[in-house]
Amino acid sequence: MYDLIVVGGGPAGLAAAHSAWQKGLKNILIVERDKELGGILNQCIHNGFGLHRFKEELTGPEYAGRFIEMLKDTHVQVMLDTMVLDINKNREVHVISTENGYQVLQAKSIVLAMGCRERTRGAIAIPGDRPAGVFTAGSAQRYLNMEGYMVGKRVIILGSGDIGLIMARRMTLEGAKVLACVEVMPYSGGLIRNIVQCLEDWDIPLYLSHTITDIKAENGRVSHVTVSKVDDMRNPIPGSEMEFDCDTVLLSVGLIPENELTRSAGIQMDNRTNGAIVYENMETSVPGIFACGNVVHVHDLVDYVSAESERAGAAAAQFVLGETEAETPIRLSNGFGVSYTVPQQIRVNRIDKIADVFFRVRQVYKKSVIEVSDGEKIIASYKRDHMAPGEMEHILLTRAQLDKVAGDTITVSAKEAE
Amino acid sequence: MYDVVIIGCGVIGAAAAFELSKFKLDLAILEKENDVAMGASRANSAIIHAGYDPKPGTLMARLNVEGNRMAEDLCRDLSVPFSRIGSLVLAFSGEEMETVWDLYDRGIKNGVPGVEVIMPDKIREMEPQISDKVVGALWAPSAGIINPWDYTLAFAETAVRNGAEVKLNTCVTGIENAEDHYVIHTNQGDVEAQYIINAAGVESDKVHEMVAEKTFSILPNRGEYYLMDKCEIERANHVLFQCPNKDGKGVLVSPTTGGNLIVGPNAEGVVDSSCVNNTASGMAFVREKALKSVPTINFRNSIRNFSGVRANPDQDEFQIGIAAQNFIDLAGIKSPGLSSAPAIALEAVKLLKECGLHLVEKENPITTRKKIRFRGLTDKQKQAAIQKNPLYGRVICRCETITEGEIVDAIHSPIPPCSVDGVKRRAGTGMGRCQGGFCGPRVVDILARELNKNPMEILQDGKGSHILLSETKKEADA
Repeated sequence: MYDLIVVGGGPAGLAAAHSAWQKGLKNILIVERDKELGGILNQCIHNGFGLHRFKEELTGPEYAGRFIEMLKDTHVQVMLDTMVLDINKNREVHVISTENGYQVLQAKSIVLAMGCRERTRGAIAIPGDRPAGVFTAGSAQRYLNMEGYMVGKRVIILGSGDIGLIMARRMTLEGAKVLACVEVMPYSGGLIRNIVQCLEDWDIPLYLSHTITDIKAENGRVSHVTVSKVDDMRNPIPGSEMEFDCDTVLLSVGLIPENELTRSAGIQMDNRTNGAIVYENMETSVPGIFACGNVVHVHDLVDYVSAESERAGAAAAQFVLGETEAETPIRLSNGFGVSYTVPQQIRVNRIDKIADVFFRVRQVYKKSVIEVSDGEKIIASYKRDHMAPGEMEHILLTRAQLDKVAGDTITVSAKEAE
Repeated sequence: MYDVVIIGCGVIGAAAAFELSKFKLDLAILEKENDVAMGASRANSAIIHAGYDPKPGTLMARLNVEGNRMAEDLCRDLSVPFSRIGSLVLAFSGEEMETVWDLYDRGIKNGVPGVEVIMPDKIREMEPQISDKVVGALWAPSAGIINPWDYTLAFAETAVRNGAEVKLNTCVTGIENAEDHYVIHTNQGDVEAQYIINAAGVESDKVHEMVAEKTFSILPNRGEYYLMDKCEIERANHVLFQCPNKDGKGVLVSPTTGGNLIVGPNAEGVVDSSCVNNTASGMAFVREKALKSVPTINFRNSIRNFSGVRANPDQDEFQIGIAAQNFIDLAGIKSPGLSSAPAIALEAVKLLKECGLHLVEKENPITTRKKIRFRGLTDKQKQAAIQKNPLYGRVICRCETITEGEIVDAIHSPIPPCSVDGVKRRAGTGMGRCQGGFCGPRVVDILARELNKNPMEILQDGKGSHILLSETKKEADA
């Protein structure tokens, strides 16, 4: 019987396991499907990781390495090259591996840290031929950075998510010509620093309110891509077509939390985040099963994944070691301009002094105000100079503020400053 | 010199090869692509039709009903995913209700078992998410769903195990009648044959004209599809057709044997078999028509679009027969061609006999195929499988839970794949919601390792579809 099984040995799983150890759990197991720990960070060889957590700029593998080092001083066990096939409410974890075959492991608590996957061409129904040369940005990144192969010479990138932007620079450094980055929304989906460092510094044009409307193939590989301007309803505008000679299309059109195990365990899901509904301590609707990192909601910065996961690990330790009383939570509702919040529910007695709330806005805001209201009454407000859907927002609610809440729901909303 | 050469290894050529491989014959199948099932056989609705649609008295009617009857045993013996879930033809108006009754009459005449006209209460009981505008439907319990490329592979692989040769990348460029045999010219040199079977799909009219007067033309016709995530499978419990019209059987909504939902096709004339692109207008048409049947379909859950080109003849009938001396057409195989395939194969055997081919049965021909699908095993069987071969313990495709053991089995199967999509068709990798985003690079690695090739030689799919173009810079270059 394990005190805690962590599913996934990427940044979320590593931080959760370490924090649970620090909080006193002894018998902890990380199950990782790859042959090494670190998850997606292993292919993120660019720098910019760790500015918040370690106050320095690290590469992805270095950032993961810090946590892997920290775990060496603990007795946290690791099963590599092992896939979790199923999890259930009794906290049984079914795993397979070449080494140990099929096993059913029992845990007192579980942390789900499976991360996310990329949206594909099929999800956005791009018309045209279906040749080789269309990659999700993350797959291309794996080929370049892990396997050592170039996937193309003349590249169009669809979507301005961070991985696409990073790959624009990476492909350029490897000698490819990145002809354009095309974004269907009127604003970029990535971090501003990535727009500057990965596109502007390399003179790669960013076409906002544009999309790919046709892909043509010659001899099995991409040969031409048509890009069109779109109207306010994101419909292509006839006559606005531009044709590019290229051999490669990289897609950076969003990430989706990887929740097959979560769903099959019967855990309640939030259809806006595509992740589990969680409480203030990252516990899911099934007691003793926690979730953290990109499997809950897609983060911009790994530093925030680590922080969230440390809370989940600590909560798992508290669940196993301590006693907690049932209590009715306060629900967080998405008000105007807010597309989701994490957590979705807060149990006030479980928080020490403050509760972290993360959310995303639906549009670009300049000078603006975030308000948290309890019915008609505003219980907290926060000023911002700039907000965008591509940048996750973070607010703190104090125990004092939450203690005063009269209703069963508080609403988080955003508006332009007056 | 071969006794029989089959031109084309789609489901028709493969089924014919399977039947013929049970006899003592030197048999070869020529395929111009780098794998079998590369035309309409891999891009279609994946339905085994009941057989109420073709006009009574036609070959299509007889072979459809017969092929449907044969499918269940064949799929069990050859380990092909198949499920007899039944189909509904939905009527949305009084006029369409007349069509439904016409189809019912045809079904009775064609010998389709169990056809019934049912009313909205019953329909909604069977299909809770169906449109409330449906006024009635034809219920045909014998219709089924199948994995069409695996049906083709199962026939072709079994034929190979019985001694037939599949020659890939072999394109027929001309046929010469050398008095007592045929000389088939191909891009790989000449092939000699006593008898030829033309199963060349969209190109079957051209192959026919290499030896005989023109009697039919193929009018290539494209159908576009959506394949939806598994979470959409609850939209339909049966194959849901709309009333057929002049363009074909209309847009259907159906579960697939892989556990997804398939939606499509439209019908649009195209130039040739290479026109398998999707179009914005075609996809919009499919969405609109599908929502008429099942308004709850959420197209945000699409995981792939594809299209296939039908080998429609210019006449409303299969073009099956002796076209010239010792030359048999299995041509113009439009829908319900997939459903009819095993019956068409028996027809080919009959026609060869008529041509004078003396057929002697092999004593113990192989008629079964076993395939390990790890996902479908019980926990105990999984444990045993991993003990026997540890590679079954490593999951490569996480969406579909496909193991390295299954991939290696596929690579060393009787018709070895040379591409990532070839592995996909055999093992099921990349069929899931991430569409190979995660497992693609790993499948490239495994293919390169098992085939002893450089990863840059591994193709995505057909000829020329290179994935990796060069190596990244080395330290010295930087």
